[in-house]
Amino acid sequence: MFKSSGGERVMEIVNNILLLLIAVTMLFPFLYIFSVSFSSISDVLNSDFLLWPKDWVTDAYTYILGSDQFIRSLWVTVYVTVVGTFINLVFTSTMAYSLTRNIIGQRLILFLVLFTILFSAGMIPTYIIVKETGLLNSLWALIIPVAISPFNLIIMTQFFKGIPEELTEAALIDGANDIQIFSKVILPLSKPALAAFGLFYAVGHWNSYFSGVLYLNDPAKWPIQVILRQIVIVNEPNAALGGHAAMVEALPPPETVQMAAILLATLPILIVYPFLQKHFAKGVMLGSVKG
Amino acid sequence: MPTKRKKNSIKKKLWRDRYLLLLILPGILYFLIYRYIPMAGILLAFKDYSPFRGFADSPWVGLKYFKLIFEDAEVIQVIWNTLQISLLQIFFAFPISIVLALMLNEIRNQVYKKFLQSIVYLPHFLSWVVVVGITVIFLRSEGLINSVLVNLLEVNPIPFLTDPALFKPIVILQVIWKESGWGTILFLAALSGISPHLYEAAVIDGASRLRQMWHITLPALKSTIVILLILRLGNVMDSGFEQIFLMLNPFNMETGNVLDTYVYFKGIQQANFSFATAVGLFKGIIGLILVVLANRLAKKFGEDGLY
Repeated sequence: MFKSSGGERVMEIVNNILLLLIAVTMLFPFLYIFSVSFSSISDVLNSDFLLWPKDWVTDAYTYILGSDQFIRSLWVTVYVTVVGTFINLVFTSTMAYSLTRNIIGQRLILFLVLFTILFSAGMIPTYIIVKETGLLNSLWALIIPVAISPFNLIIMTQFFKGIPEELTEAALIDGANDIQIFSKVILPLSKPALAAFGLFYAVGHWNSYFSGVLYLNDPAKWPIQVILRQIVIVNEPNAALGGHAAMVEALPPPETVQMAAILLATLPILIVYPFLQKHFAKGVMLGSVKG
Repeated sequence: MPTKRKKNSIKKKLWRDRYLLLLILPGILYFLIYRYIPMAGILLAFKDYSPFRGFADSPWVGLKYFKLIFEDAEVIQVIWNTLQISLLQIFFAFPISIVLALMLNEIRNQVYKKFLQSIVYLPHFLSWVVVVGITVIFLRSEGLINSVLVNLLEVNPIPFLTDPALFKPIVILQVIWKESGWGTILFLAALSGISPHLYEAAVIDGASRLRQMWHITLPALKSTIVILLILRLGNVMDSGFEQIFLMLNPFNMETGNVLDTYVYFKGIQQANFSFATAVGLFKGIIGLILVVLANRLAKKFGEDGLY
């Protein structure tokens, strides 16, 4: 008895140490990137492990935030995220609600929605439809083709089904029509679900990279992730930022510019993350429990 | 007249549902235009499509492009890459989520557990551009890892990003870093549903923590594991488009190019629409068959399956 509890203590300690190591692996890249982004060129060149900036140089940030291209891309992404998420929520919730009411053709529509999760037409036919509907080279191309995630739609249907039917019936007796019931009874009761799905959709928009490459030719319309790729992965920070030297005497070292760009493009996610966290577990569970 | 009455009742129903129909209209239009009309566009795979002639006037060519798929050594290589990357992910990344969930489940202090959870979930919310960007920063020739290798360990720098042999391991590690924490969420939910009485009884019977894990915890996770594995197997033809696309460069094209990126290069960049559509359709159909088969398999094992 004594021996086994000793073994368990060891197991517990090993487990704790391993988990702490895993957590460090997740956080270390950010700490490193943060430190380099605020460091001077000599510190970057002279030390291998920069875990805290020595003299807090902000040239990289001044340089990036002085770039028209970067600011424009940031605006594009903010715009697409706000408008896109709004459209996502409107399209998804109205459709989900109708599907919970005995609407005509309900089963067929549900089947067709489910089928799109299992099979999709693929990139080329979708690209052609986006082109044919005139969205090419417009920011709507980043919004309309992903207006509804069939997965979220199904989960939201499950959520609406959980709202007691008596409420709908009472409103019907009071003479409300379905649109009034939806907007005045159902939606106010669904705030937590709307917040969860809204955040998921918003993160999706903020992080989306490829639709920008696929559908937009005009660099003025590129979202932030496309610019970020050019700055960091293609390794052309100055070209991507328009090669201006606003407010900085000389160009800051490309390393610090790259790391500052990563942090700036991730900052909104890091800021909303604490709020996100409260909701996402609920959002994921909604689907998994009833599925 | 029964048919007439039926017609009337449909009319009646349509009138009764008029507000609901108005609400569902945007959704229906979305699915029709952006999900189902493209499915008709799949016919491109059976035609010699040229953008100048348009869809209707392009001539039918039957299975020409599907035959091309199997005659093209490059496509075979691409299919092989896709399957390899996908299966490696299932083999390595998937079990790590289960182990991580079990480890987190052993933490008794709830505040500490929540703290660890929020850290391991975080990478899931980063974009692939950021994750690949971090990889590039750490692994490039003058990056942190190589400078440690050269200055501290005095070995030659490793060309992580251009060595084709390292493409798959790096891609798998990225997936593990980004998604394994998030992957624990459903397992942890299943774990929290286990009745504490089971553990109490096991302790009285003298079962050690490991035995408890083997006889109580793992069986409780079984159905979650099976369902998620089915989902994953059904998507075996998908190996993560944005990630692979961002990681590809001229040096690792041969081992790294997968079906989705191949379709992009052939279809969009080289305007070979019909061939790319055929490859995409081939991929979609195999995926569909795999999901249906996997679902059947799950039911055979006595699980609920997906549908």
